[in-house]
Amino acid sequence: METVLTRAGIWLVIFILAIAAMGAAADDGFAVHMGIVAIAALLALGVTVTRTDYAAVANGIIKAPADPSRYDDDPVRWGVIATVFWGMAGFAAGLFIALQLAYPILNLEPWFNFGRLRPLHTSAVIFAFGGNALIATSFYIVQRTCRARLAFPGLARFVFWGYQLFIVLAATGYLMGVTQGKEYAEPEWYTDWWLTIVWVAYLAVFVGTIVKRSEPHIYVANWFFLAFILTVAMLHIVNNLDVPVSITGSRSYPLFAGVQGALVQWWYGHNAVGFFLTAGFLAMMYYFVPKQAERPVYSYRLSIIHFWSLIFLYIWAGPHHLHYTALPDWAQTLGMVFSVMLWMPSWGGMINGLMTLNGAWDKVRTDPIIRMMVMSLAFYGMSTFEGPMMSVKSVNSLSHYTDWTIGHVHSGALGWNGMITFAAIYYLTPRLWNRERLYSLRMVNWHFWLATAGIVFYAASMWVAGITQGLMWREYGADGYLVNSFAETVAALHPMFVLRAFGGILYLTGAVIMVVNVWATIAGKLRTEKPMNDAAYDAEADRPLVPAMAN
Amino acid sequence: MSDHSIYDMLRHLADSWGLLIMMLAFLVLVAWPFRPGARAKNEEAATMIFKDENDG
Repeated sequence: METVLTRAGIWLVIFILAIAAMGAAADDGFAVHMGIVAIAALLALGVTVTRTDYAAVANGIIKAPADPSRYDDDPVRWGVIATVFWGMAGFAAGLFIALQLAYPILNLEPWFNFGRLRPLHTSAVIFAFGGNALIATSFYIVQRTCRARLAFPGLARFVFWGYQLFIVLAATGYLMGVTQGKEYAEPEWYTDWWLTIVWVAYLAVFVGTIVKRSEPHIYVANWFFLAFILTVAMLHIVNNLDVPVSITGSRSYPLFAGVQGALVQWWYGHNAVGFFLTAGFLAMMYYFVPKQAERPVYSYRLSIIHFWSLIFLYIWAGPHHLHYTALPDWAQTLGMVFSVMLWMPSWGGMINGLMTLNGAWDKVRTDPIIRMMVMSLAFYGMSTFEGPMMSVKSVNSLSHYTDWTIGHVHSGALGWNGMITFAAIYYLTPRLWNRERLYSLRMVNWHFWLATAGIVFYAASMWVAGITQGLMWREYGADGYLVNSFAETVAALHPMFVLRAFGGILYLTGAVIMVVNVWATIAGKLRTEKPMNDAAYDAEADRPLVPAMAN
Repeated sequence: MSDHSIYDMLRHLADSWGLLIMMLAFLVLVAWPFRPGARAKNEEAATMIFKDENDG
């Protein structure tokens, strides 16, 4: 009772402080954000006070495990639901901004124009969809591989809900124009501070669980998760060293200026790809692929070698985002050389994942979840070849600032991150809600094909668009002047933009099918359907051959 | 120390001792799974994920 009272007191104080900050706000954006914080504190207060009732109400779907011999999976269950929810929001926003580029009339000023919705889309898919998937799977995997319950269960719940608050603050901020203007680091200073607190709590829960493990060895997936959590903490703090203009306002100025600021931003930006979207998702791959294939990872040695190679190489690759800028030439070359070297450890991971299926390749035909994992690894391999190639200066002079970059990012994000996350969700849902199987495997198959076709449309149209753009920009006439105006290059890309949006529709449709499937699985329904694999059987032919003269 | 001399000192450290230490650390870490007797440990680590199925 006392702890309930203390907790309720803390929430009440936060509520009052947020209301006070709202009153003293220097600008509208800050006032709205403090209003959101006040609502969140009020909700937390309500939940704390009515905790006993809440547990009973939630008992139906979100079960509270009382049994210490069971893993603590509540935050994982919430995380799976949050991943699916934010995934839909992020994919829908992506489709909408793709349509805005094709049909500019869809720019609804001021809140829903491209400039504000674009960071909403990138943050929703990377941090909301991807981040929730990483938090949920890391909590699931670290418990299973350490064979220990989650450390600090209260803190784990704080991590989940605190992260959702971060997402809401970031997303509403973009719509109101509250932004630092740094790619993938748009949230303003107070949202950054809040994420830092949540992230340190996340590190504590993760490391705490590893410390109390009952297995002697720390499984390699946990190495990747730990690298992801630690590096993201470092990147986030350094890239967000800002001075707020006012403690009750939403504006701040960065500590680093000019080319130093640009280098710090892209050191952050590229390692966000390297450690958030690569190391974290490789951790998922190293657990779910062997589990789904029911075979151990192809080479444990290779997993360790490529782990250290990724860690040691990735951190230097950032300057390739600043080719032909004011950044010193040697730094550009360094970024390029390390990016090219990265190709090998990346393919080490891909080969290790794919070869895990050695001797079980038939599962690609019979199990649509394995098929998703294989496609995911194939796209990982493809985009980690494409990336080093694009980081070479001469290639970059054509590809940089064009839609080729957008295509490259999406073959990695939709193909690698998306597919491995979908596979993980399909793996987790029946297990977490204790269901016999998924509602429908055939719907997984539909999701697989829609998503794959969507990515093909997306990547192919952006390759064509990017190279078209690059060549038109650099085309000189006989008189020594540029041949094309910028507007002409935009007009030339219209068909490609429409094709890209079509790919987005396919990918989003696949995700809608996933929502139905996950929803029905949680509700406990099983679809009666023809199994995915069935060897042909013909009863007529299943009899001995009787010679005509025998009787 | 002036800004320039700090920069100068750090960049010379980075391409001499710093580089050497990073390189050696990397080589040791990569050689580690090849140490004698590591094969059985790797085998055990790779298969531990199949030990139990206590879900939910």
